[in-house]
Amino acid sequence: MTVQHASPAPDTATRPHSGGPPPRSDRLRLRGWSRADVAELAGALLGSFALTWLVYEELTTLSGGLGFVVCWFFAFLVTYWAMARNRLGAGAAGDRLAAATVASVGLLLVVGLVAMLVYVVAKGYHALRPQFFTKDQYGVSPLAKPTAGGGLAAIVGSVEQVGLATVISLPLGIATAVFLTEVRGRIGRPVRLLTDAMSGIPSVLAGLFIFALLILSHVLPQSGFAVSLALTISMLPTITRTSEVVLRVVPGDLREASYALGGSEWRTVRRILLPTARNGLITAAILGVARVVGEAAPGIIDAGSSPKVNWNPFKGPQENLPLMIYEDIKSSVPADNIRAWTAALVLVFLVLVLFVAARAIARRRPGGTRRPVFRFLDRKGPS
Amino acid sequence: MAGTGSKLIDFEVRRPRQDVIFRATARVAGAMTLALMAVIFVALLVRSYRALHLVGIGKFLTTQQWVPEAGKFGVGSLLFNTVMIGVVALVIAVPVSLCAALLISEYSPPAVSSALKTLVELLAAMPSVVFGYWGLEYLTPRIRPLSQWLANHLAFLPIFKVTSSSFAGSTFIAGIVVALMVSPVLTAVAQEVFFQAPSGQREAALALGGTKWGMIRKVVLPFGRGGIVGGTMLAFGRAVGETVAVVVVISATATRQVHILQSGANSISAWIAETWGESNPIGISALMAAGLTLFLLTLIVNAAASVIVNRTAKAGGPSL
Repeated sequence: MTVQHASPAPDTATRPHSGGPPPRSDRLRLRGWSRADVAELAGALLGSFALTWLVYEELTTLSGGLGFVVCWFFAFLVTYWAMARNRLGAGAAGDRLAAATVASVGLLLVVGLVAMLVYVVAKGYHALRPQFFTKDQYGVSPLAKPTAGGGLAAIVGSVEQVGLATVISLPLGIATAVFLTEVRGRIGRPVRLLTDAMSGIPSVLAGLFIFALLILSHVLPQSGFAVSLALTISMLPTITRTSEVVLRVVPGDLREASYALGGSEWRTVRRILLPTARNGLITAAILGVARVVGEAAPGIIDAGSSPKVNWNPFKGPQENLPLMIYEDIKSSVPADNIRAWTAALVLVFLVLVLFVAARAIARRRPGGTRRPVFRFLDRKGPS
Repeated sequence: MAGTGSKLIDFEVRRPRQDVIFRATARVAGAMTLALMAVIFVALLVRSYRALHLVGIGKFLTTQQWVPEAGKFGVGSLLFNTVMIGVVALVIAVPVSLCAALLISEYSPPAVSSALKTLVELLAAMPSVVFGYWGLEYLTPRIRPLSQWLANHLAFLPIFKVTSSSFAGSTFIAGIVVALMVSPVLTAVAQEVFFQAPSGQREAALALGGTKWGMIRKVVLPFGRGGIVGGTMLAFGRAVGETVAVVVVISATATRQVHILQSGANSISAWIAETWGESNPIGISALMAAGLTLFLLTLIVNAAASVIVNRTAKAGGPSL
């Protein structure tokens, strides 16, 4: 916000002052919005809307949709700029213009997210029945209603594949993080660099790699476990990086106390470091799960879909949720296209739950110590 | 006293062995990452040998068709189309992400800022296939008028020219979807470096009578340049590897697509997923070779990006 004179202090309550003289009402306002600011913003929004409506809808033959919003946006910027210039001068007007542009363009990301979530819910909830979680798609006629059958095959596959991937990558990821924070040595830097590079490997390549290494050489059949291994590659860097950050903020004096008491390095890690960072490590695991639960590409390459529930992840094709969505989108059966939305709703909900759980656990205080170790996760705004 | 002494010696003798095992285990875990990357490269190389041997590396990189049965295939057009989607995505994602990052780090009060951060992270967690389906069903009809308008008014630029009347499944729409998917990465990196802009210089700029925007332009953006460049490359690395969202949105084409607005687009990863089921052994080997190309492309881009980002943003950094 620009520097300007405040109207008689509506925000004095935020300043704790006891007994002394009340703050001068003409002090400079560095933050916050005065009534004039709000009025200006609202006026500019309304005025530009009315103008755009008149020109766009009534006077010309244009109509509707994206074009209107774009024209309104530019009309708003001009109006807002002109009003600010009138009251505060050219410099402040430029500042306002920049702030308005940055805010509206930046919020496009949120608009995109909300538009997607709303659309998924709106499309998905029609055909969602409890039996989605108890029945599979086996033997369901292409002419059946979208509510027929269910996604059990995909849910079983997702749970088993992601579970196996977690079992493999969690110990490995945490061990790598311990290596990066406690041991390091000559290969520390390249390991870190490659962990970063690995997090950028597309999941389709992870799937391709497992196929090249294990399936083409007949070590493994195409199966759910092959998908798990591919997911491990996508999961590992997420777990490693998050765990590393968490382990790094364990206070040094806890370590030093342990060493001073004669504890070995291993005991320090086992008894001090990991328990202190426990919540953070759980968060790392959940973030890893959230990262891969929506990956369809490894399933396309390493397992292939099957409408029937397959409980055995080591043999035969095994579906998972993103793969089911993918197959249902590609399907030429209209009911399948609707089922894709239902499965998408379930998957998105699952990701949301994981996401909220990860944050909730990260915010909890670590067990065993009284230090708020995870203050970094609560950091707000520029310090 | 003697008892304690012997215990101490006992302890000192035992300690190294425990730690030797611990250190060795941790080193092995660390080395696994190094080994894994090497094994990925070697496995893809070995499996693509047959295809690369058949056509030669030079031909493979330039051939613009994909008929493995006839021994004629290459990533000439695929690579071009992949980069096109990546570039379109960046043209959209860079300004949007930078504005989002500035909004988070400079313009929002703390509560709003942390809410925005959460939303951006949530955007990053959304499944790729859902993005794709949303792009196909929601975005495609709504973007059509914009494509039409661009084609009508900017056709003098070759990329905006159209030779057919269908706008669905274009590079442009794929680029928009991918932009939304890679924006969180760039936003996270940029916002992290913006936060680190020295407060002394910020305050100096304001104290000299500069406006907030002036301060951002002269202090925050120059300070964050490394992070912006690195984050952009990181986002590009993600954009070229995006698979399922692209497969779902595009109408695949085998030729080089210069006109971004018209129907027909492709990328290496999308092509792998799309043609996987119907490939014979030589076709699979050819797809492995395409995968190897993509692997090298993303590896180089990502490694360079993380070097640049780490040089700018010290201490932890965003963990995406």
